[in-house]
Amino acid sequence: MRNWRARTAAIAVVSALALVTACSSENEDEGSGGSSGGTSGGDSGSPASELSGSLAGAGASSQDAAQQAWMAGFQDANPDVTVTYDPAGSGAGREQFIAGGVAFAGSDAYLDEEELAAANERCGGEVVELPIYVSPIAVIFNLPGVESLNLSAETIAGIFNQQITTWNDDAIAADNPEVELPDTAITPVNRADDSGTTENFTDYLAAVAPDAWPHEASDVWPVEGGEAAQGTSGVVQAVTSGEGTIGYADASQASGLGTVHVGVGDQFTEYSPEAAAAVLEVSERAEGRGEHDFAFDLARETTEAGTYPIVLVSYGLACAAYDDAATADLVQGYFNYILSPEGQQAAADTAGSAPLSADLSQQFQAAVDAIGSAA
Amino acid sequence: MPSTTEKTPRRGTVQRPGDRVFAGASTGAGITILAILAGVAAFLVIEAWPALWASDEEMPDGEGLVLYVWPLLFGTLISATFALLIATPFAVAIALFISHYAPRRVAVTLGYLIDLLAAVPSIIFGLWGAAELAPLTVEPTQWLADNLGFIPLFEGPASATGRTMLVASMVLAVMILPITTAVVREAFLQTPRLHEEASLALGATRWEMIRMAVLPFGRSAIIGGAMLGLGRALGETMAVAIVLSGSAGVTFNIIGSGNPSSIAANIALRFPESSGLDINVLIASGLVLFAVTLFVNMGARAVINRRRDFSGAN
Repeated sequence: MRNWRARTAAIAVVSALALVTACSSENEDEGSGGSSGGTSGGDSGSPASELSGSLAGAGASSQDAAQQAWMAGFQDANPDVTVTYDPAGSGAGREQFIAGGVAFAGSDAYLDEEELAAANERCGGEVVELPIYVSPIAVIFNLPGVESLNLSAETIAGIFNQQITTWNDDAIAADNPEVELPDTAITPVNRADDSGTTENFTDYLAAVAPDAWPHEASDVWPVEGGEAAQGTSGVVQAVTSGEGTIGYADASQASGLGTVHVGVGDQFTEYSPEAAAAVLEVSERAEGRGEHDFAFDLARETTEAGTYPIVLVSYGLACAAYDDAATADLVQGYFNYILSPEGQQAAADTAGSAPLSADLSQQFQAAVDAIGSAA
Repeated sequence: MPSTTEKTPRRGTVQRPGDRVFAGASTGAGITILAILAGVAAFLVIEAWPALWASDEEMPDGEGLVLYVWPLLFGTLISATFALLIATPFAVAIALFISHYAPRRVAVTLGYLIDLLAAVPSIIFGLWGAAELAPLTVEPTQWLADNLGFIPLFEGPASATGRTMLVASMVLAVMILPITTAVVREAFLQTPRLHEEASLALGATRWEMIRMAVLPFGRSAIIGGAMLGLGRALGETMAVAIVLSGSAGVTFNIIGSGNPSSIAANIALRFPESSGLDINVLIASGLVLFAVTLFVNMGARAVINRRRDFSGAN
């Protein structure tokens, strides 16, 4: 008995010690981005295999699933590296990045001028801003017997602004001559929490249908009295459980529901990863920013056939120069992996995002290659 | 064996180490809880301070703090009130059944099951409310809107998903049922046997006995139990956040899509993506909830204390 007790006590002490040392060594690494440092950089553009240390990031929760996939893939290739991503929200991610708390960040919106100045100061040079995560936002509805509808931007705006209130409204019927529409009341479903999905959806409506959508782009839903649900899963659940409901959600979660083909020019486009990625191709880079700053003003009002303009574009933020070489190598290695075809495919598989085209990846690669240490 | 018990007892007030340790520990625990409460209050005030003095334009909706918090406070109060209205009669009935009607074995099992309800995490109640209960209410609420629409509560149009204030209140009612029932049941069980037998001896039926002896005795416990439940309903976060479609301002319509959200649910929904002043505003709304809860509990205590003299316990 006595012996057994002594033995368990010893085991407990040893495991507690192990835990303490493990924790403390992790703490040392955090933020500084790797105390033991890697020797080989990623200058060649290929994933380096001799990297070690740990890398901390924070930001948009929309990217979380993709970041998890990238972390897993990157850590598989570099067993000595630990990457963490705290999905604390875009605003928190930008704040922490500017304050120097994390080495990289994810954000659903690109840095505004004030933040850009602060970020450039934090980096002691230029900030690298890349749209690494492009995800189509599907407009989903639940109307028995109807699998897809053609809706123009004006009609979508009218529905979500609660001006079009029944499914057999003339505006809907005009674009869908073959569909038999019931006189069910429309229940628009929106996000109850602040979200990048809402921001991108309202940005689309404000840009393309300003007459029918008198609100500004915002991450808080601007119209009162609709059905509000928590998170993407909450919206999908609310749309599924009600009849005559319509909502917007990350396309990867939209399976099993009716989807809207969105009016682009004279045609109606169904969402697809390719059509979503195509939007970046026709968009202009925001002006007056650095060489490595790929902030895009999305061409929501594009009339190009085959583009799907309701997309969420989420950025990865990093510095062009870091104080220590180890961090620079890690960040460069990680972003190399993210931009690589394997990285983009991994995100597409787990998060349902749209892989970047080879042409765009090529352009962004120049910015990643520029990451280095200031010393 | 510990050495202290071996000594022979002595007269006089001798302070043994155990006395000092126990007195110190219990005093320390008492002071700690006060310090924690003061700490929480200080945190809320300090963090809410910038929001209290910010101009109206800086607010999330550009209309000022009072107009931002008021609908949320209204939603909190109305959901908790309806929950209380639903749960209290239920709790009293269940407690009476357990204490005076059910056979002993059934009473023990039922009491145990009710207590078990208290151990279910609130998020489970939330998911159940949104996925199961809400769709079931769609047709009844549609009927209410069609036939009783002249009552402001059922004004409609009825929600197509059932994620309404009514369902949120029902979920809250289920959640506060165990605590209220437990308090009331304990009080009913302590009704003096002599009171009960005296009224029966005077020819009262069982219901008359309960009305004359049990209910007056348990009245302060019913109020106390209800107030404990109210405290929980006011602060409930996840269940409300999941169940309630909180997208509108003040309205008495409890079966529509647009409901006022509650303070706690609003904080849970908004906090993750907020930064800067928005966080201060959310914490300021939390300060309001803190004050309201404190006020409700103090009021309940005052009511119980006033009633104590008439409860028949003495």
